[in-house]
Amino acid sequence: MSSYERLFDIPIGPQHPALKEPVLLNLKVDGEHVVEVAVDISYNHRGMEKAAEYRTYVQNLYLIERVCGICNIAHTLSFSTALEGLHGKPAPERARVLRVIAEELERIQSHLLWLGVAAHDIGFDTLFMYVWLDREISLDLMEEFAGNRITSSYISIGGVKRDMTPEIADKMRKGMDKLEGRMAYYRRAISEERTVLKRTQGVGLLSASDVVSLSAVGPLARASGVDVDVRADDPYAAHELVPMKVVTSGGCDTFSRIMVRIDEVVESIDAIRFCLDHLPSGPILQRLPRRVPAGDFLSRVEAPRGELAHFVRSDGSDKPYRYKIKTPTFSNIPSLVKMLKSSGRYVVNIADVPVILASIDPCFSCTARLERIR
Amino acid sequence: MGLRDWALRKSPWILHFNTGSCNGCDIELVATLTPRYDIERFGMYMRGSPRHADILLVTGPVTRQVKDRVVRIYNQMPAPKSVVAIGSCCMSGGVFSNCGKGPCYNVYAGLDQLIPVHAYIPGCPPKPEAIIDGVAKLLEGRKAKEVTTDAARTK
Repeated sequence: MSSYERLFDIPIGPQHPALKEPVLLNLKVDGEHVVEVAVDISYNHRGMEKAAEYRTYVQNLYLIERVCGICNIAHTLSFSTALEGLHGKPAPERARVLRVIAEELERIQSHLLWLGVAAHDIGFDTLFMYVWLDREISLDLMEEFAGNRITSSYISIGGVKRDMTPEIADKMRKGMDKLEGRMAYYRRAISEERTVLKRTQGVGLLSASDVVSLSAVGPLARASGVDVDVRADDPYAAHELVPMKVVTSGGCDTFSRIMVRIDEVVESIDAIRFCLDHLPSGPILQRLPRRVPAGDFLSRVEAPRGELAHFVRSDGSDKPYRYKIKTPTFSNIPSLVKMLKSSGRYVVNIADVPVILASIDPCFSCTARLERIR
Repeated sequence: MGLRDWALRKSPWILHFNTGSCNGCDIELVATLTPRYDIERFGMYMRGSPRHADILLVTGPVTRQVKDRVVRIYNQMPAPKSVVAIGSCCMSGGVFSNCGKGPCYNVYAGLDQLIPVHAYIPGCPPKPEAIIDGVAKLLEGRKAKEVTTDAARTK
């Protein structure tokens, strides 16, 4: 540690060139080293859960979709799974396989988005531009398949809204081939690129025991060698039919998080191919009554950022009595605080803060559940 | 057309501020920077500081927590400045504009209640083409205004 005796406060946010979303990181620094950090995530609080209580379930589908623009399919999937659970009528099998396709397509675009943003944060804008150009392949497929690039309202209560046609399946197979080639290229290029290695190896260390004690989820946990994945642990939609491998890495640093996400994109590509080849026939939507039977239901979905839980309590009317959302970024905030603090031989420089923040793939729009009133 | 007006129209520097958006509009806005859409061909350049920016692009419903910040950022920008509201939430509150009575308890229904807005881009989220079109129309509007002031000046 340096010989400075005074600690300085450096606030990062809510508007800062290194941030994409309003969040406040209050750093206490000793020279170049961060020793203490306080995170304020309340800038995005919109009162989503309260708003859900004022609307019917059908209207809520469109509200819940707008919890997060990047992982909106994971949110609507979780919402409809909860309602189908309360009704006791799971969606038709074809709809469940189509849901897996939509979900994995979203995971591809989200991980590519993250890879670009992470490259931007380490100052490697060339990679950012390359990755986002390839991300357009997945967005074009999403537009063709689900109806819109980002918020597509694809998943409906009781099934899905659009069917897969042979033409779209052909286009999707071609797109997947192209993406697979690009991912192999990125995997090779990134593991040899000195700029990336210098900025990410050994940065943002989080041990496997910390992952367990701080209950981190998603790629952050898997990059520390902990194989938690809701798709494998508690299959939903059609994941019990789709073979998948839980990607883990033992590196515990930002570099292994990059590698885990790249490998997950490859896994998602394989899952989409399997679903296209084994698409069962049958209806894609079943009609469910507008009033939902009284009861509680908790549904879990593996969003691109980790485990996403939706809880709904119904009193038998057509509006939820209580709606609760727990998002993966919220679970990862304690790990973020741990990674940002220097302790012993592990030092965090101010320049590494954006990289470490990006390494958890933050999505603060999902996360803000309460706000402090001053 | 003076040098200043020419620079403002041909090379507007933009600042992006997220006031509580769901990230849908933000990722479409970032997509406009990337090779397929590439707004740098219009001379637009994303800046990190409000003091360098000519155009403020705002996404998302304005939450109470972020209200003071967006007003402060607007005041920090040098004149002449323009504000663009991107997406339904920023224009009118969108899905958050109706929760029983009025908008959600933590959301302002529309950015124009707080600061003047010069262009609105509807959509949830608007496509990158729509964002480019909106900003290009804003610059066209600037040109029209400048033509009228030039005409008034020559009289």
